Amino acid sequence: MQWETVIGLEIHVQLATRSKIFSGASVAYGAQPNSQACAVDIALPGVLPVLNRKAVEYAIRFGLAINAAINSPSIFARKNYFYPDLPKGYQISQLERPIVEGGHVTIRTGDKEKTIHLTRAHLEEDAGKSTHEGFHDKTGIDLNRAGTGLLEIVSEPEMRSSTEAVAYAKALHSLVRWIGICDGNMQEGSFRCDANVSVRPAGSDVLGTRCEIKNLNSFRFLERAIDYEVARQIDILESGGSIIQQTRLYDADRDETRSMRSKEDAHDYRYFPDPDLLPVVIPQEWIEQIREKLPELPEDRRNRYIQDFGLSAYDANILTAARELADYFEQAVKHLPEQSKLCANWIMGEVSGRLNKEELEIDRCPVNPEQLAGLLLRITDGTVSGKIAKDVFDSMWQGNGDSADTIIDAKNLRQISDGGEIEKWIDEVLAANQQQVADYRAGKEKAFNSLVGQIMKISKGKANPAQVNTLLKKRLTE
Amino acid sequence: MTLSLSDIKRVAKLARIEISEADAQQNLIQLSGIFNLIEQMQAVETQKIKPMSYSQDMVQRLREDIVTETDQHIQFQSIAPQIEDSYYLVPRVIE
Amino acid sequence: MLNASLRQLSSLLSEKKISSTELTGEFLTRIKALNPDLNAFITVNEEKSLEQARVADEMIASGQSTPLTGIPIAQKDIFCANGWLTTCGSKILSNFISPYDAAVVKQFDQAGMVNLGKTNMDEFAMGSSNETSYYGPVKNPWDRLAVPGGSSGGSACAVAARLAPAATGTDTGGSIRQPAALCGISGIKPTYGLVSRYGMIAFASSLDQAGPMAKSAEDLALLLNVMVGFDERDSTSLQRKKEDYTQSLERSVSGLRIGLPKEFFAEGMSSDVSSAVEAALTEYRKLGATFVEVSLPNSKLAVPVYYVLAPAEASSNLSRFDGVRYGYRATQYTNLEDLYAKTRAEGFGEEVKRRILIGTYVLSHGYYDAYYLQAQKLRRLIAEDFTKAFEQCDLIMGPTSPTVAFNIGEKCDDPIQMYLSDIYTSAASLAGLPGMSIPVGFGNNRRPAGLHIIGNYFREAQMLNVAHCYQQVTNWHELTPLEINR
Repeated sequence: MQWETVIGLEIHVQLATRSKIFSGASVAYGAQPNSQACAVDIALPGVLPVLNRKAVEYAIRFGLAINAAINSPSIFARKNYFYPDLPKGYQISQLERPIVEGGHVTIRTGDKEKTIHLTRAHLEEDAGKSTHEGFHDKTGIDLNRAGTGLLEIVSEPEMRSSTEAVAYAKALHSLVRWIGICDGNMQEGSFRCDANVSVRPAGSDVLGTRCEIKNLNSFRFLERAIDYEVARQIDILESGGSIIQQTRLYDADRDETRSMRSKEDAHDYRYFPDPDLLPVVIPQEWIEQIREKLPELPEDRRNRYIQDFGLSAYDANILTAARELADYFEQAVKHLPEQSKLCANWIMGEVSGRLNKEELEIDRCPVNPEQLAGLLLRITDGTVSGKIAKDVFDSMWQGNGDSADTIIDAKNLRQISDGGEIEKWIDEVLAANQQQVADYRAGKEKAFNSLVGQIMKISKGKANPAQVNTLLKKRLTE
Repeated sequence: MTLSLSDIKRVAKLARIEISEADAQQNLIQLSGIFNLIEQMQAVETQKIKPMSYSQDMVQRLREDIVTETDQHIQFQSIAPQIEDSYYLVPRVIE
Repeated sequence: MLNASLRQLSSLLSEKKISSTELTGEFLTRIKALNPDLNAFITVNEEKSLEQARVADEMIASGQSTPLTGIPIAQKDIFCANGWLTTCGSKILSNFISPYDAAVVKQFDQAGMVNLGKTNMDEFAMGSSNETSYYGPVKNPWDRLAVPGGSSGGSACAVAARLAPAATGTDTGGSIRQPAALCGISGIKPTYGLVSRYGMIAFASSLDQAGPMAKSAEDLALLLNVMVGFDERDSTSLQRKKEDYTQSLERSVSGLRIGLPKEFFAEGMSSDVSSAVEAALTEYRKLGATFVEVSLPNSKLAVPVYYVLAPAEASSNLSRFDGVRYGYRATQYTNLEDLYAKTRAEGFGEEVKRRILIGTYVLSHGYYDAYYLQAQKLRRLIAEDFTKAFEQCDLIMGPTSPTVAFNIGEKCDDPIQMYLSDIYTSAASLAGLPGMSIPVGFGNNRRPAGLHIIGNYFREAQMLNVAHCYQQVTNWHELTPLEINR
């Protein structure tokens, strides 16, 4: 039988606020255990939550970026369950009237484009962390993370493969960083995915029983966990079994998913409106203010790059994958708007390659966009060849902020277009290579390239290759 | 509505309260009486009434995003049942 | 001295006729003598109290005092007080030394008042007789066979027995007003949101409200001046202009329209309480007030609604008591689930467990709409009844409690009878309205009866004025239990 995979993602995005969503404790990562767990976070008797304005603003910003509705009033509810990293015995979350409802994002896999709709995005607090190693038969609880603001983003079950799921997760990852509401650090848990996975006979419009896979803290794990889970479910169904709805944990070491014991009990979260938090009313003016400050969104920029700069969709996609990269491109290209393709090629090629090699992010790039533009201008006006330009780029990378011009002058790399000088090199090479001249004249085109190469070599790369071509051709046909 | 012994046990489990058979029986009798009283509510037609969750018709005030709290874990943990290396300890949790 | 009003004590202190240290010492001595029998206090800490008294004396000496500086006040053990054992009447907090101060504690501290100790209460404020306390029942000083009411029974007893000139209480469904009535003192639950709930251990968050308990309305006004105030740490705290509740105490009540809900004067009220309330109303008539019959048709549902909503919120509020970060932890357990189940089974008393079970049930899957949601809708109807009633009257009066204090042990095994003690008080709580009780005489066995005054939102000053005028022409509030004055 042919099976169709159905995937919906729940993504927990840690909001890049300074303080927690309901308390004034710091959310900085990596502090001594429990040193950032204040009275509210450890749920001392009598303490109360007060909502962080920035967390609400970030949620609205996200809602606007995906064209969703912003609910006002929005309501906080308590989700009741016992777990040692949940100090109050309930999580403050949202059930009815989440702050963000609806919206969509565009994903691309290969050259296919697809719109994924979002169900909702709601604000809630993060739990603490349990450490099972290092305390013999005990578990250690660190509540520093407890109370960190989260935006839980829930998609419709519209993805049909792990590839689409990864593309969606990457699109959201890029977007939340783009609009500055999350640092996107997956190692530190700032962006965490849970996947709801089910399969059904191809062509069916009834959803199969789903399993929720937790703990997917990298795109690779997301992909592998889904693939494993899909195979597991198909195996069960094809051998006549049925899927049990359950929460499963992805074990990266074994590359498999397994049922979570702690979630075995049927859940009854007993949601009810939190009486300690009143309805959040969001005035339209506030929404408009946030909208005005919203940066140009990746999708808009992508389209603009295609239209205004004539970039290919592929290039535009890559350049708008991260806001820093797009900004870099834009700062460079404004100095040579006619050469956007050259600019894009250099950023995606030389710049990105070098960054990757040295494990640097674009915002730490030693060559700034103005420097790069200065260099590219010298390529277009013929001052240096593409090859020499790479040497100049290398010098800029190692250097201290010197412009391309400074480096070209200092190293005497200026391309030579003076006919007299080039003629002299041609004379020299032709004299030493009579056989190849004869070959060329006998119709061996290859010989021409060899001659050009030798002329370039004795000019130390400085000869203008176009001019070398023209002059050489002229001499050989004389 | 009739409460059953299994309701009592289910709810006690949800609330993480150990309950003996005898206590469950006793609670069944008392809670049944209380729910008889509560059942009076069902006589009123409320379809068009908006639920009242809060005592005042107020909206949530928002806090500025400022870190105001300092590290007090030593004081807080001085009253904790069991700690080690500034972690709270509980019996091993199996995920 | 023991019967002196707060104004009188304030004068004595500011005129340096007595020091706070002496005054505090006097009350501590009295607590030492009488508390072993009355059991009004769970915790007394002479050293801490006297240290605060010394600070108060310095404030007075340096001219930095407020009207209440140096006067002792007993704190209900529901308020967290830094360095004090704060038990909330429960075994589960029997070792909880609070690392911080509740807003209310801090406010009194800043006013220079002296914390005289932590008063006994029904466990987590769940009870109407103070019998659910892990620390044993409190006796009613008027008749030691009787309960003091609850849940603020220790505070009511302490004031009535003159173990403290004033005390704090909290009221979720009547927990200030009912014990005030049963102990013959004055108590007010302000409009929900006027007093910060920060540091007050939550029972039912949408209903809980702190208020003062004292001998007279005038004392309450002085205390309310300190307690009321915006607190940014409590999202439900109201931002309002500061009011001086003593300003209008003396205003005439002539022309006041008093609403008498016919439902409160129907069946249920015992005849002795009825007589005392009628007599009080007669006094008001003499003072020039007029009466109008009003109706609160849905108030008969207040008890069932209350016993859905309050346990629902409580079941969630009490989940934090899990033996992990503070408080009692069971000694024997096999795993985490067992740790939770045993800690909570051993740490909570029967009434608390009962309410957690009710609350968990009404919120659980499949029952939410029929119980919790229905109760919230009826809550609105109950509140709207009051809105309509206040179109016809300035204040509402009736009995605070259907009976005078009952005997200790009398209703222990009958939770429903116990719950019906709140029959007149819970409706105002559900509406978030201010309510108060003042002593208006005695019923059977010379046990006190209280008059319940419900005001419109933010009409505390008017309520205190109305109560004060009554107390100017009667002396019920000045009487003390005979045994106490032996």
